[in-house]
Amino acid sequence: MVTQRNPQVNLVNLSKTDYRGDPTTLCQGCGHNSISSQIIAACYELNIPPEKLVKFSGIGCSSKAPTYFLNRSFGFNGLHGRMPSLATGAMFADTTLIGIGMSGDGDTVSIGMGQFKHVMRRNLPLVYIVANNGVYGLTKGQFSATAEEGLALKGQGQNPYMPIDIVWEAVVGRATFVARSFAGDPKQVRELLKAALSHRGIAVLDIISPCVTFNNQDDSHHSYAWGRNHEIALHELAYVPPAEEIMVEYAEGESKEVDMHDGSRIVLRKLGADYDPTDRSKILTMLEEANRKQELITGLIYINTGQKSLFNLYHLPDEPLNRLSPDRIRPPRETIAKVNAMMF
Amino acid sequence: MITDSIINDFSITVGTVNGSGSQTSNLTLQRALFKMGIPVSGKNLFPSNIQGLPTWYTIRVSKDGYLARSETTEVMVAMNAATFAEDQAAVAPGGVFFYADDIEQAITRSDIVAYPMPVEKLARESDAPPNLRGYIANMVYVGVLAHILDIHIDRIRQALDFHFNGKEKPIALNYGVVQNAMAWAAENLVKTDPFRVQAMDATDGYIMASGNTAGALGAIYGGVQFVSWYPITPATSLAESLNQYLPMLRKDPATGKNTYAVIQAEDELAAIGMAVGAGWGGLRSLTSTSGPGLSLMTEYAGMAYYAEVPLVIWDIQRMGPSTGLPTRTSQGDVNLVYYLSQGDTMHVVLLPGSANECFEFGWRAFDYAERLQTPVFVLSDLDLGMNVWMTPPFEYPNTEIDRGKVLWEEDLGKIENWGRYLDPDGDGIPYRTLPGNRHPRGAYFARGTGHDEYANYSEDPDVWERGMERLRAKFETARGMMPKPEIVTKDEADIGVIAFGSTDPAVREAQDHLADDGLPIDYMRLRALPVCDEVRDFVRSHRRVYVVEMNRDGQLHQILSLETPDRAANLKSLSKNNGLPLTADWIEGAILAEERK
Ligand SMILES: Cc1ncc(C[n+]2csc(CCOP(=O)(O)OP(=O)(O)O)c2C)c(N)n1
Ligand code: SF4
Ligand SMILES: [Mg+2]
Repeated sequence: MVTQRNPQVNLVNLSKTDYRGDPTTLCQGCGHNSISSQIIAACYELNIPPEKLVKFSGIGCSSKAPTYFLNRSFGFNGLHGRMPSLATGAMFADTTLIGIGMSGDGDTVSIGMGQFKHVMRRNLPLVYIVANNGVYGLTKGQFSATAEEGLALKGQGQNPYMPIDIVWEAVVGRATFVARSFAGDPKQVRELLKAALSHRGIAVLDIISPCVTFNNQDDSHHSYAWGRNHEIALHELAYVPPAEEIMVEYAEGESKEVDMHDGSRIVLRKLGADYDPTDRSKILTMLEEANRKQELITGLIYINTGQKSLFNLYHLPDEPLNRLSPDRIRPPRETIAKVNAMMF
Repeated sequence: MITDSIINDFSITVGTVNGSGSQTSNLTLQRALFKMGIPVSGKNLFPSNIQGLPTWYTIRVSKDGYLARSETTEVMVAMNAATFAEDQAAVAPGGVFFYADDIEQAITRSDIVAYPMPVEKLARESDAPPNLRGYIANMVYVGVLAHILDIHIDRIRQALDFHFNGKEKPIALNYGVVQNAMAWAAENLVKTDPFRVQAMDATDGYIMASGNTAGALGAIYGGVQFVSWYPITPATSLAESLNQYLPMLRKDPATGKNTYAVIQAEDELAAIGMAVGAGWGGLRSLTSTSGPGLSLMTEYAGMAYYAEVPLVIWDIQRMGPSTGLPTRTSQGDVNLVYYLSQGDTMHVVLLPGSANECFEFGWRAFDYAERLQTPVFVLSDLDLGMNVWMTPPFEYPNTEIDRGKVLWEEDLGKIENWGRYLDPDGDGIPYRTLPGNRHPRGAYFARGTGHDEYANYSEDPDVWERGMERLRAKFETARGMMPKPEIVTKDEADIGVIAFGSTDPAVREAQDHLADDGLPIDYMRLRALPVCDEVRDFVRSHRRVYVVEMNRDGQLHQILSLETPDRAANLKSLSKNNGLPLTADWIEGAILAEERK
């Protein structure tokens, strides 16, 4: 007998509404809203029960976004630049949970640069999204550290400094999953999110997410127009869930597959030149080249599924630490005499 | 010629060069005296330096059990040429001056007894390889002092066995030098000073531990599950003790796996961020630091207060402001921790007064933090934390672990209307849920921004005030829950002293001396903030109350003045802040000066 599945629900019997958040209070057209929508879509399509996921953020318009998706998930909106530490501690409580961290360019590579670098080094399993708009949205339009040299903004003059490239920092910082995307390319954002959610380690997604209010002039490198005109996708990316067949056959050399720990696969169909996201050695040259040609390179830039995650280093029980009964966290009574004896 | 012996009642100070390895010798002396049953304390008065600067170690032996630092040094050991003259000048009249005979400087005092020690010679003659000779040289003074002061050689052996963890080679090497030095002294020195020790049984049932070791062990018995920290003197040894003892004591009985995780963070911003995350996640979470680190932790401490996240923060105080005197003790962070962070933030603070109490508060702090859903600060200091104290043995926790008001799936199933910040019990303490809770109504969004009773973002003025009033009510609940002060009374006292923390031995000693001199005082040792009714009663029931503390501005005095404004004029601040542990002499002098005004 074939049971008819309600087409309005996913495999865990939830509808898309179950993944929604509060109505957004961000500006209409803000790139961050479109990222939120793709998070909802990706989690729905991946059949992740919202209770299995935890959201984190710092401070900024981007960091407000977690209120606007996955209301049934736990979340913690932390301090400016310090989402990574918050997430690190919290994820130890139950390492079976999936973490999403939402941050901004100011939050990540200005005030939060230190924590950003260290969370990558520790390979915390966390989907770390930087909604990158080249400005501080929430404090009304100052230059952020990703603003391009020479960018002119209302009331701010011209940006005299060189920009920080988040992808570059992530690659150099040894993140095990590094991608760039563009909020104006929702399909790619979604597929990358799915891949990132299946990654066991830190997954940094630098998503160009235009601030329509303060930095969306056509010639600004973080605007919709710029993105549309300059985006070069490295590949067409398709996420294939565990136990599903790859439907499309690609000719030899036309695609590359990456196997994820949970049995899913990422299929990368070649679009232009050959690109191997498992080879760290050529990335910086590629980024330099793209920079020179003023291209916005998007796609899966680097992946390493072989690195141990933070939690693999701690020899923890399978049962979540936050569910251990008191007798499992207090040493037995007879040990106290031994301890006193050790004191002399 | 020996006049009347002075037995078990004097101070020894050893002056050495920092980094020369004298700590082993000093601890050996201290431990040997302890094993002879004589009450003893040791304090390392060391510079912020790895090698080269002068450093002193003071050991006080006291048949009466007074363990505070003493203003006087009766027995000086001069191993450092750079401080030879200064050390000689510091010996109390009639005292003793042991000195390394390779220091070619004059003995200028005739009112003290001077003994040379062939330090270099005996070190050279030992079996020690050349690279260890400098260290081993310090054992020479152990041997010479042992002979002159009558310290039992077996006890020294016991101390060395302990120090080197039973490792034959270093024990034999060090012990050999001690024995040779003793033999040399027996042959070459004639005792002409009155100081000696005699075995007692006054240390039976005591152990020796530093406050930081004790605090770490206490935390382990408190079920600590998450530790994030960043190295800083004098807090480092607390985290390092956790690293040392956790693997021994905290394997999961069910699986043999670790029931804890320790992360050395990249800085204190991250250390507290992680600890707040873990506390929110439902782990018994701890971070330890000192002043500069605490400054960096300020913002997250306030968030934890407002978002109501339990965690334990140990502040092992050192001298501020700024980098200050990193290796000198102080009680200068009272106001800082009490109010740490912007707005109307108020914190619960535990004030351990002994190593044993560091252990007790080590575990209790988690119960308070989780019961109250707030950061709990444990305010120790360098003297208490880093020095080794004679202290009663640690007692196994006498109450069950209290995880506070946590709702899991089945609990939520029975509750219609749960809101993270509702106060259904009227004690200001809400119910919380933890990530991983699968109940569809279990999740909430924590934030440091304004929120209503259901954890929704809100800027509503009434909601804000309501939330802050509830936090105040919760603080009042805390007032009644925290450990009560300890009171030591004297007959017919009508004045009192209030103090806390590491000054306890000095205050007790001063209290005894003053009573002997006809000025009985009652003594209240605070063990927590906010203060409870008993403290107000104490202030109100005494004609005058002195608040003794180690900072410049009388910080506890300020807090107590706010708590008892009607008696503020009768509260006198006695504060001293020179980086050295307080002495009974100073307290007595300060009180007498006031009383005789
Ligand atoms: C410690 C601290 N300093 C400054 C601020 C003020 N502040 C709020 S958001 C923000 C910048 C946010 O920029 P970004 O992360 O790029 O987020 P966006 O609003 O652009 O999405 C700043 C400086 C703060 N909240 N905390
Ligand atoms: S100010 Fe910019 S970043 Fe902030 S919500 Fe508006 S568009 Fe988005
Ligand atoms: Mg920004």
